[in-house]
Amino acid sequence: MAKATLGNKLRMKPRMNYGGAKTRIRAGFWDQVAAYLYISPWLIGFLAFTIIPVLSSLYYSFSQYNLFSPPVLQGIANYRQMLNDQLFWKSLFVTLHYAFVSVPFRLLFALAIAVLFNRKAKMLRFYQTVYYLPSIIGGSIAVAVMWRRLFLSDGAVNAALALIGVQSDLSWIGNPRTALWTLIILAVWQYGSSMLIFLAGLKQIPDSYYEAAEIDGANPWQKFIKITIPHLTPVIFFNLVMQLINGFTVFTQAFIISNGRGDPLNSTLVYALYLYRRAFEYSQMGYASAMAWVLVLIIAVFTALIFKSSSFWVYYETKEDSK
Amino acid sequence: MRKLKKPLKGVSYHLFLLFLGFLMVYPVLWMVSSSFKTNTEIFNTASLLPNKFDFSSYARGLRGVGGVPFAVFFRNSFFYVILATVGAVFSSAIAAYGFARLKFFGRNFWFVCMLLTMMLPYQVIMIPQFILFFQIGWVNSFKPLIIPAFMGHPFFIFLMMQFIRGLPVELDESAKIDGCNRFQIFSRIIFPLITPALITSTIFQFYWTWDDFMRPLLFLNSPRLYTVSLALRMFSDPMTSTDWGAIFAMGALSLLPIIIVFLSFQKYLVQGISTTGLKN
Repeated sequence: MAKATLGNKLRMKPRMNYGGAKTRIRAGFWDQVAAYLYISPWLIGFLAFTIIPVLSSLYYSFSQYNLFSPPVLQGIANYRQMLNDQLFWKSLFVTLHYAFVSVPFRLLFALAIAVLFNRKAKMLRFYQTVYYLPSIIGGSIAVAVMWRRLFLSDGAVNAALALIGVQSDLSWIGNPRTALWTLIILAVWQYGSSMLIFLAGLKQIPDSYYEAAEIDGANPWQKFIKITIPHLTPVIFFNLVMQLINGFTVFTQAFIISNGRGDPLNSTLVYALYLYRRAFEYSQMGYASAMAWVLVLIIAVFTALIFKSSSFWVYYETKEDSK
Repeated sequence: MRKLKKPLKGVSYHLFLLFLGFLMVYPVLWMVSSSFKTNTEIFNTASLLPNKFDFSSYARGLRGVGGVPFAVFFRNSFFYVILATVGAVFSSAIAAYGFARLKFFGRNFWFVCMLLTMMLPYQVIMIPQFILFFQIGWVNSFKPLIIPAFMGHPFFIFLMMQFIRGLPVELDESAKIDGCNRFQIFSRIIFPLITPALITSTIFQFYWTWDDFMRPLLFLNSPRLYTVSLALRMFSDPMTSTDWGAIFAMGALSLLPIIIVFLSFQKYLVQGISTTGLKN
């Protein structure tokens, strides 16, 4: 449901009167078979690797299942156990903290850089390449491992701080108060995709709007707030939804930076990491499946909230406006 | 440009961008330079210049870990990435043609299903998938990584559909009059015309699989099968004394394919991101 609405909002909904409709008023039996043959790779994959797993996961979430003996249905015990699981709440809090800090910062940063790039100047292509590079390699294990090294007590960050006169022998990775922040910085550093999307959005704003505003005596800040931001709200909206979902499911970076355990003191125990440990270290497939469904629920709730709020702040240009 | 009054002008604009850009890529430069440093020189310094260029880290890194030379990990990664990429792109193209051009019962329904799967967190299907592959004996092989890729990827199907819908239907019709059957319309007319979308999808799938960590972690157990990502993780295991020089050397090598692909196909990548908002 949420997806269909997302499609709508982003104007992704397929127009269903294209292609075949014109050539074949009514698709015959063999046409049907042929069409299903074409989509069969996806369809088989969808049934075998998505639908069946989704249904099994739902079943496991109401069962006790340790992989070695068959699952035993036990009602909502897994879900009830979660309520009293300190680590579950901790991981939920860590994940929300991570997502709600890193996503806005990343979007702000991406917007600022996109505004800087939205002009005619020399070497812009070169700058774009340089600024986009972190996003290209940022998801790799090499970078995650390097990040760990950077923020250790004898790492390059403390050495760089010493250069500007701040003495610090703090292990940013080892301190529960700062460890999550190294992950957040790593996420913000990969602002490149949002930057490109913002830049594409900025280029679509008609110059005439700014010219009209100038004639009316608007200053640059007013133009930014009254013209640029409203035009970008659909893009911001899209980014916000997609990146929050990504943020809620972060795993790899947290796994590497925290030794796969959420160290120190579970301060980097993100939700997906805790779920992974429950499933594959403690073989609690039922409990982990229940956690996965709670994650779906959390994502659905936040997505719905953003959608609900969108009518207050997302500005869609109507057809007449754009003509 | 007239759009916004420039917050910065001329020289200061460029100086600012250069400085900020340097900060952005500094960690990467630091890693590359550290791969040429001796192990004692890596600590406590933010400097980018090694005292003297030392290639021994590369030699130690290539010797590998756990008795497996690092070249094996690269071979594994390339094997997995190339097959998974080719499979995903071709299957997606075929499915995209079906969705975009053919009329069939339940098309809307399946299309919505496909969009929905894009939103589904992997955590939900991860456990049943693992159990399924475990039961049919696929765990500890490349099958669970490669075969699902041959089932297409919703993002790419969607991207290619958009592209195919941009092509005039008259093309299909005239090809049909010229005697092309349905598959020939796809293979000779549509497929070549959606090359940009194919390239964009190829690049994204290449990145995603090259960087993929979670699935190899789940499905590959023996070090001989490890991909580069898993090997780097094993290398940096804090339980053993860590050879940072070797890690950075291999880490830098592991980034090379990504950077080469990025620099050669930048245009398609930027297009892909700005038009679809596609992201990992």
